Amino acid sequence: MTAFWILAPIMVLAALGILFVRKAVHAALLLAVVMVSLAVLYAGLDAPFLFAVQIIVYTGAILMLFLFVLMLVGVDASDSVVETIKGQRFLAAVLGVLMVVTLVVGLSQVSFGTVVGLDSANEGGNVEALADLLFSKYVFAFEVTSALLITAALGAMLLAHRERVTPKAGQREQAEQRMRDYAASGKHPGPLPAPGVYARHNAVDTPALLPDGSPSEASISRVLAARGAVRTARADQVDEVVRQLAAPGAQTEVVDVPDLEGDEVTSASDVAVGKSDASEPGSDSTSGEGDRA
Amino acid sequence: METEPYILLSAILFTIGAVGVLVRRNAIVVFMCVELMLNASNLALVTFAKANGNLEGQVAAFFVMVVAAAEVVVGLAIIMTIFRTRRSASVDDASLLRF
Repeated sequence: MTAFWILAPIMVLAALGILFVRKAVHAALLLAVVMVSLAVLYAGLDAPFLFAVQIIVYTGAILMLFLFVLMLVGVDASDSVVETIKGQRFLAAVLGVLMVVTLVVGLSQVSFGTVVGLDSANEGGNVEALADLLFSKYVFAFEVTSALLITAALGAMLLAHRERVTPKAGQREQAEQRMRDYAASGKHPGPLPAPGVYARHNAVDTPALLPDGSPSEASISRVLAARGAVRTARADQVDEVVRQLAAPGAQTEVVDVPDLEGDEVTSASDVAVGKSDASEPGSDSTSGEGDRA
Repeated sequence: METEPYILLSAILFTIGAVGVLVRRNAIVVFMCVELMLNASNLALVTFAKANGNLEGQVAAFFVMVVAAAEVVVGLAIIMTIFRTRRSASVDDASLLRF
């Protein structure tokens, strides 16, 4: 009973959390909490077989299937906050309270009698006793279950399968398409530029610089751009760092500041990055915001 | 062991699941709430199995689990298909059959 009183509040809180969290992944994790707690309760209720099945089938298989579909659909596809039906949440809450009150009042008027316990039924082992029941009294239901599972597997395959209507584009077709795009819209037929390939940063969230010093949008992942996680560093920022280094009083080991030409720029301003980042940590974020706006 | 607390917990979990089905609009979360309701009923079945001293309740809970597994497989495949055609997993968007 101790396990029950510890787990029951956790389960109710986790279940309530499913109602209120915005992201579906969080709801799935809270559901996992409820299911594992239920498994522990089953173990306390003399149902060791169901304890194992609950963990293996529910938490292991079904919940992983949920998470798998969530990943396919898109993890950040969170619920919208807007109410489409007016008063829906209020009415749902009223209905929920009514249901709880009805159930609690109804259950409080029932006397459940004394608990018989499963000691005699589980005498030869819980799994053996369950198997005896499953393969004698409930053998027809068990066989029907196999038909149900096969139907479900076939149905899932049928629903998930997509017939290819157009022939698959091969290498030749793709190359021809690229050249057509180039002729029509001037889209560059070659591969996209790699991100972060210039002096100040070397990371995927910083765009590459074109020869004129402007950042290339094509070099960063669209996902990063959509998240707003793209950092910017322009040629003039490199200039600024070089100027700071050249200014008197700046602590630096870089003795001579080279011109912005050639290979030396890379090494010198690479050193400069460490210095400037240490001295003014906010410089990157402010410049990034300005560029995004 | 007393029976009442278990049955009350089962009733509360079932109600939370039902309210979730009414409130949430992401089809996957709605599905999770259905699973919560099935689990709540399982808890009641297992509790009654112990209270009455026979294993039929546990067998019933076992069958509920099997049916829930089949239901989840088909339901999630349907959600995937809807998402593929409509680019949305919200239950509000699948309103083609509404007149």
